[in-house]
Amino acid sequence: MKKKADPFRALKSWIENGDDALDLEIQEEMDDEATPALTEEAGRKREKKKRDPVRARRRLEGGYAVAAVLVCLALIGALVYAALQLPAFGGADTLVDSEVSAFYVENTLKETGAVNIVTGIILDYRGFDTLGESHVLFIAVCTVLLLLSIRGDKNADRIAREEAFDRHFEPRDDEVLQGAARILTPLVLVFGLYIIANGHLSPGGGFSGGAILGAGLILYQNAFGYRKTERFFTYRTFKWVSLASLLFYSLAKGYHFFTGANHLENGISPGTAGNILSGGLLLPLNFVVGCVVACTMYALYTMFRKGDF
Amino acid sequence: MEILNGMLLLFILVCAAAVSRTKSLLSAVIIFMAQGLAVSVVWILLRSPDLAITEAAVGAGITSILMFIALKKIHAIEEERKQDEKES
Repeated sequence: MKKKADPFRALKSWIENGDDALDLEIQEEMDDEATPALTEEAGRKREKKKRDPVRARRRLEGGYAVAAVLVCLALIGALVYAALQLPAFGGADTLVDSEVSAFYVENTLKETGAVNIVTGIILDYRGFDTLGESHVLFIAVCTVLLLLSIRGDKNADRIAREEAFDRHFEPRDDEVLQGAARILTPLVLVFGLYIIANGHLSPGGGFSGGAILGAGLILYQNAFGYRKTERFFTYRTFKWVSLASLLFYSLAKGYHFFTGANHLENGISPGTAGNILSGGLLLPLNFVVGCVVACTMYALYTMFRKGDF
Repeated sequence: MEILNGMLLLFILVCAAAVSRTKSLLSAVIIFMAQGLAVSVVWILLRSPDLAITEAAVGAGITSILMFIALKKIHAIEEERKQDEKES
């Protein structure tokens, strides 16, 4: 009897039985390479054990599928109904299309100094939304840290296991990967910085540039391993860069809102349109958003991978 | 331009169907990557290069990397390789 390859098996048993089951799985993986006949037998035994509650489970799953389809259809119906109620897209007589976009096109360059109107909107007119967005990213990383981090874990076995498993399937010091990464990483990082720095002039901005920076960091880490990355990016770096960036964004935007709402002079001039150093707060804000996003991406990657930096 | 747009939209639909139909999780993630790339080209055709850059970096890049690591964590890639070796 052939053992069925079910990729969710490990996850399922981990959810049902906790950490010990995963231990068993990993042990099994390692055994598999040495003695396949033994594990075949183990698999057969386990399937026999599970045969009894199968029917009840299948019935439950059938009910679940029917319920899922019904809920989906109801949601689709509600969304289509809501979409039908919206005003026609791009119509000349719809208020939103005729006035709001015209206002932005006319006033963005004058008021914010941003040649790229999109950046002007998301960091100035809608700056509060972007503030929330950066914090959402930060909260997402905090949650992942809570769930997956092995930092300060009292269980020494778990740490050792994660460390061992992390490199289990991967080639060490791969020539091709390292050669490609040596050429690509600087280019990717410079391109990310370029997109951030030109966020108010050309397409792009803090979020996309930060994602590219994060991808460059991930590429470097993948090729050269933890020991080399640790020289410039550790848990402390992540913590302080994220904190400083979010704090700067909040303070700068708070100052901006406070002076703007009270009709005070804020002393920030838009500068000459088209220069890199123009657009008032837009350039530093783009930069801090980029920092937060890059740190977040890299932290998510390391947390998913090993649970530590 | 209309034809290219139509082809890309069709490609996205086919990808979306294929992701849910594929048995292999690894192929599903790669198809998902291809779909993200097609979506980013569509964003360029819709004249929103800002979104196109973000889509290419996040949709095709970061998301797939995270999914690959998740697959590795649940031993999916390894099991697929074993399955292939058995069949061949």
